Amino acid sequence: MDDKIAAHVRDIPRSGIRDFFEIVQSMHDVISLGIGEPDFATPWHIREAALFSLEKGRTGYTSNLGLPKLREAIASYVARHFGIMYHAPSEVLVSVGVSEAIDIALRALVNPGDEVLYHEPCYVSYSPSVILAHGTPVAVPVHEKDDFRLRADELEKRITPKSKVLLLNFPTNPTGATMPREALQEIAEVCIKHDLIVLSDEIYAELTYDGAEHVSIASLPGMRERTVFLHGLSKGWAMTGFRIGYACAPRPLIEAMMKIHQYAILCAPIMAQDAAIEALEHGEPAVAHMREKYELRRNFITSALNEMGLRCHLPKGAFYVFPEVRSTGLSSRDFAMRLLEGEKVAVVPGPAFGPSGEGFVRCSYATSLEQIKIAMERMAEFVRRISRKAA
Amino acid sequence: MEPLLRLLQQDAVASREDLARQLNLPLEEVNRRITELEKSGVIRGYQAIVDRERLDKTNVTAFIEVRITPERGGGFDRIAERIAKFDQVAGCYLISGGYDLLVVVEGASLREVASFVSEKLSTLEPVISTATHFRLKTYKENGALLVGDTAEERLAVSP
Repeated sequence: MDDKIAAHVRDIPRSGIRDFFEIVQSMHDVISLGIGEPDFATPWHIREAALFSLEKGRTGYTSNLGLPKLREAIASYVARHFGIMYHAPSEVLVSVGVSEAIDIALRALVNPGDEVLYHEPCYVSYSPSVILAHGTPVAVPVHEKDDFRLRADELEKRITPKSKVLLLNFPTNPTGATMPREALQEIAEVCIKHDLIVLSDEIYAELTYDGAEHVSIASLPGMRERTVFLHGLSKGWAMTGFRIGYACAPRPLIEAMMKIHQYAILCAPIMAQDAAIEALEHGEPAVAHMREKYELRRNFITSALNEMGLRCHLPKGAFYVFPEVRSTGLSSRDFAMRLLEGEKVAVVPGPAFGPSGEGFVRCSYATSLEQIKIAMERMAEFVRRISRKAA
Repeated sequence: MEPLLRLLQQDAVASREDLARQLNLPLEEVNRRITELEKSGVIRGYQAIVDRERLDKTNVTAFIEVRITPERGGGFDRIAERIAKFDQVAGCYLISGGYDLLVVVEGASLREVASFVSEKLSTLEPVISTATHFRLKTYKENGALLVGDTAEERLAVSP
């Protein structure tokens, strides 16, 4: 049957995360720091809005682009928090999570053979999504010494006449990296110079710490017209299961994405869209409360990792830390496997996020502090044992 | 409220080292601040939160509305303080609206609470009337939900 599968689909390797997930799944009493979603249930007032929507019998399709009221709420939220103005009726599209928005944006933009650049380590879907859109993925490695920021010179080195799109994700899954305004400005200049379209996945925008300012590349001069701003409610509002994302972009881009969205998806679920309106209009205190919790856990897990001898920079965003494990003499995968078997703690090997993740593991702190404490004790014990053997 | 205080409200026996790690502060700074909060009386003490229903099935809590005649000179304070001093009284609040004091009483049995009300509370001279409401079930206490969401069903590893 394999020969029946489309070649470009067949050639996509199995996800490293999926393999690892199956091993973890087969074991009992594992503390998992491998989870890429909030541990909080969706704030009650938002869940209640979804219930109310069902009670009122709102169970049908919506406009393909999404409920007009939700698009208004999105445009207003984006204007307030990111300082970018979008026309709600024509420049906003509600998608089924940011994942769908990335997929349809790539399919709308990429001709076969066009190159799509992205910084790596990165979210697992970027390279496969580019391949599925018949594009060529081009990874730009980022480094711990730069706090995993994307450097303009590294980006420019990889630009060819075929380069068309740059995919950005700050704050970054899996490194927690953020981009200060000046660094982002340099990237914007490269994009303008080489006429790149930017897909900016800002799903973790609300989760920045130490008062770090989140800047969207779309808000920089000359960038709005070449950027698809992508955001959603999954992370900041703990609404992963609602599957609500959105894209904001100039009308021709939204129109093109809409052509795919209307035939492939039709529309996002109406009760989830109703809940999203409540979240955007009244969710800020709940978001702030969760952000504060994440920040305390981030501080805790970073100092615990450094204390046990795993070098780990203090990330300013998302809910991941990305410690280096080279000092143990183990590869990322061996480290993760032996930690899992020996101590029943699950972390994700860095190469799951691209080859430049080798030497690192991703630990999510979207898990209760009690669990994190136990995980850190077990991990410290593991590292002690490994180094004794090495000595 | 400052983050340190919020953490202590959730877990007063958290180790000082853990608090320092979470707050990204030096241990000495955390110790100094806690001493300061204790001395200034912002922190009045540390207690265990006891689920009385688990400890003793027959235990009862009553919320008692009390109407009183305020006294010349003393207002409500003198009588309220007198009521609050009883060991059986777990809480005592001056309330706006249809009655004056809300008194929370805990006892080992219905009979014990009833006899407190009839013998101690109602017999105080300024007390005009009382209405006793017994707790049937607790849904939330001290900000903590005692009933609630189902156990988490997140995937063990996700991207």
